Amino acid sequence: MEFDFSEDQKLLKEQVARFLREKSPLTVTRRVLESAETHAAEVWSGLADLGALGVAVPEAYGGMGLGALELCVIAEEVGRSCAPVPFQSSVCLATDALVQFGSEAQKARWLPELIAGKIIGTVAVAEAGKSSPSQLATTFAADKLTGTKLPVIDGEAAGLAIVLAGGAGGATMALVELGDSGVTRRRVETLDPTRKQAEIVFKGAAAEPLGERGGGARQLQTLHERAAVLGAFEQIGGAEASLYMARDFALERYAFGRQIGSYQAIKHKLADAYIKIELARSNAYYGAMMLSSGGADLPLAAAAARVAATDAYEYASKENIQTHGGIGFTWAADPHMHYRRSRLLALSLGGATLWRNRLVTALEKRNAV
Amino acid sequence: MNFNDTPDEAKFRTEARAFLEANAKRRTPGSAPSRNVDRDDEVIKTAKAWQAKKLASGFAAITWPKEIGGRGGTPIQQIIYAQEEAQFVTPPGVFDIGLGMCIPTLVKHGSSEHAARFVKPALKGDEIWCQLFSEPVAGSDVAGIRTRAKRDGDNWVVNGQKVWTTGAHFCDFGLLLVRTDPDVSKHKGLTMFFVDMKSKGVEARPIKQVSGGAEFNEVFFTDVVIPDSQRLGKVGDGWTVALTTLMNERLAVGIATGILGVDDFLTLARSSDIDGEPAIRNGAIRDRLAQFFVEAEGLKYTRYRMWTALSRGETPGPQSSINKVVSGRMMQDLGSLAMEVMGEASLMTGEGPGGGAFQRQWLGAAGFRIAGGTDEILRNIIAERVLGLPSDVRVDKDTTFAELEAKRSKR
Ligand SMILES: Cc1cc2nc3c(=O)[nH]c(=O)nc-3n(C[C@H](O)[C@H](O)[C@H](O)COP(=O)(O)OP(=O)(O)OC[C@H]3O[C@@H](n4cnc5c(N)ncnc54)[C@H](O)[C@@H]3O)c2cc1C
Repeated sequence: MEFDFSEDQKLLKEQVARFLREKSPLTVTRRVLESAETHAAEVWSGLADLGALGVAVPEAYGGMGLGALELCVIAEEVGRSCAPVPFQSSVCLATDALVQFGSEAQKARWLPELIAGKIIGTVAVAEAGKSSPSQLATTFAADKLTGTKLPVIDGEAAGLAIVLAGGAGGATMALVELGDSGVTRRRVETLDPTRKQAEIVFKGAAAEPLGERGGGARQLQTLHERAAVLGAFEQIGGAEASLYMARDFALERYAFGRQIGSYQAIKHKLADAYIKIELARSNAYYGAMMLSSGGADLPLAAAAARVAATDAYEYASKENIQTHGGIGFTWAADPHMHYRRSRLLALSLGGATLWRNRLVTALEKRNAV
Repeated sequence: MNFNDTPDEAKFRTEARAFLEANAKRRTPGSAPSRNVDRDDEVIKTAKAWQAKKLASGFAAITWPKEIGGRGGTPIQQIIYAQEEAQFVTPPGVFDIGLGMCIPTLVKHGSSEHAARFVKPALKGDEIWCQLFSEPVAGSDVAGIRTRAKRDGDNWVVNGQKVWTTGAHFCDFGLLLVRTDPDVSKHKGLTMFFVDMKSKGVEARPIKQVSGGAEFNEVFFTDVVIPDSQRLGKVGDGWTVALTTLMNERLAVGIATGILGVDDFLTLARSSDIDGEPAIRNGAIRDRLAQFFVEAEGLKYTRYRMWTALSRGETPGPQSSINKVVSGRMMQDLGSLAMEVMGEASLMTGEGPGGGAFQRQWLGAAGFRIAGGTDEILRNIIAERVLGLPSDVRVDKDTTFAELEAKRSKR
């Protein structure tokens, strides 16, 4: 039994962790939170220099040619630091979509720039209240894209978008450069301004299909399953950071003559957070194994990892604020940055209710009668 | 990342499977597990015979050293054997407490003569052991026990009462924690002995449990004479010895094997209706099922992480401490949801749907959450040992046991 990451993968994890501890402490997250910056550009280019943006991309396109497991350990550290960078949008979604579905020409054109951090990618699905492929009003015909995507996570920082367009023949993924004419953007206020979001309006913007025409819904599901595993690691990192922030505060703060961490209401709450995190981590490991080996159990494993990790991050981040008391509710204190990020990550690939339903569907399939 | 056995592990698995194929019947998937069975004479006879067979083939004490009759194997071999055995119908464990907790304590804190005399018969199933720790006055706070041992030459005389002692009514020996000095703080005045359950003055009375059976007992000690040679560890060192037992207990009890799980629930939800619709199509049922799945799988893969560490010869991380807390509550909640799906008919135990297996599990789970460290005590342990939070305020720390008793009687 080798149900763990390898020594090399752990070294890579520690290397990324060290970089993020130095270059992306929560003061940097706060800087982006409080400014018009879309993301911390210096952190992003630093991650690119480490090779972190292309670990799973073949060497032929400038990547490191490693696998999904390496990406998992990096995702965890990005989550732990709550780094204000478009890691999920650009690396786990846009880059992976190109690797999975792109033509040779598309890969050669875009992957090197994405990996180098010269351009940021994102995936645009939601149209205000609607996000299931059959409901989408955006059209893609004769290589022209028309419609409105709202909100698009990291949509302001991105130079490249993979847009899911509807249509009679089924949804299609369209690749579009956001700098082109026919594209206008507007920033929207959101719960997590450390990853700025935008409304993007396409009016006959030049675009090309990514993957199969009419195959967009299936592709999106695959992409989301893969990203769910990576996202779970990001959520676990954030959850652990929240738990240990709460633990440290509980050791420092006194009430009624005792450390608040000596009260069971606090102890048991934090023990519960620990339990949720370990359950999530174990599920995420199995997801990672399925992702890296192309295992048939991926749909089920990815859903389980996502459901568990969403729960863990939500619980740890909200109880971190609670453990802090009044100071926890202030803008100036740190806990709310994870509270915000936990929501962003919980919703970016669809909420837990949706994934719980998918989980059972996959389980029914596995245990077919 | 993979689940593959190393060549050595694979070889051992083949051996274990061959032994089981030759000596036991394979469990049909979905069949009721053998866990919640009362240990009557017949069951104990079969269990003893099975144990003797295991010993003869080298599967009784896989991790114990050869010198004391074990196989000299590795923890991972123990796990592989348990995985394989779980797929077969075997008698319920009547030796778990003895072999999992009492004998390891005896080997660690007793003399070589003790080991020579007691290990083999326990391994063979000829002698069964129980754990005499909890008392009416103290369970979680087991250092607060009252049962008193007073020295009398080369002997000790014991008076008092134990309770919740699993198997005391059929056991041959028991590990007995007693107070030898009330005039020091409660942890310091304890001493550990083992006792022949057939000694004069020992009386075990089975107590009927919520689950219907009477597996645990109250045990009365009236002027019971125990030779000093049956003391384990020094006089006053009983707490240290007890910690060895309790540590082994958490390892042994944490793993709930042979229980009904998510797959069994799915089968049930497919074949049952809620308001005229298949239960499995009901959104609320799907939501809960997903949650159970995530917990069950989370525990399974947490074990795999632990086994990976063992397979590498490393010490497993603290994550295994979550096992019992999560599985106890899960057994209980899964049981109650299963009954909801089965409807009113599931109120019938014997002739109810599914033969009452989920019902028995639901009843048993209430005890599982208490035995071997309650949910609350286990959360404390995680908070303190894993997260490094302070221990609870102990108001009795600087008080002698005698003073505590005086206070207690005034209340
Ligand atoms: C099926 C079964 C088999 C058993 N077998 C054996 C056996 O073979 N040998 C043996 O010696 N004992 C055995 N026990 C006893 C078992 O170890 C105790 O019941 C258990 O440790 C709890 O102790 P108690 O019953 O005295 O409850 P208490 O300790 O009185 O606890 C009552 C409640 O208070 C809570 N509580 C207590 N202390 C704290 C605290 N510090 N913080 C928060 N909450 C607290 C508990 O969690 C529980 O909810 C068995 C019990 C059961 C149910």
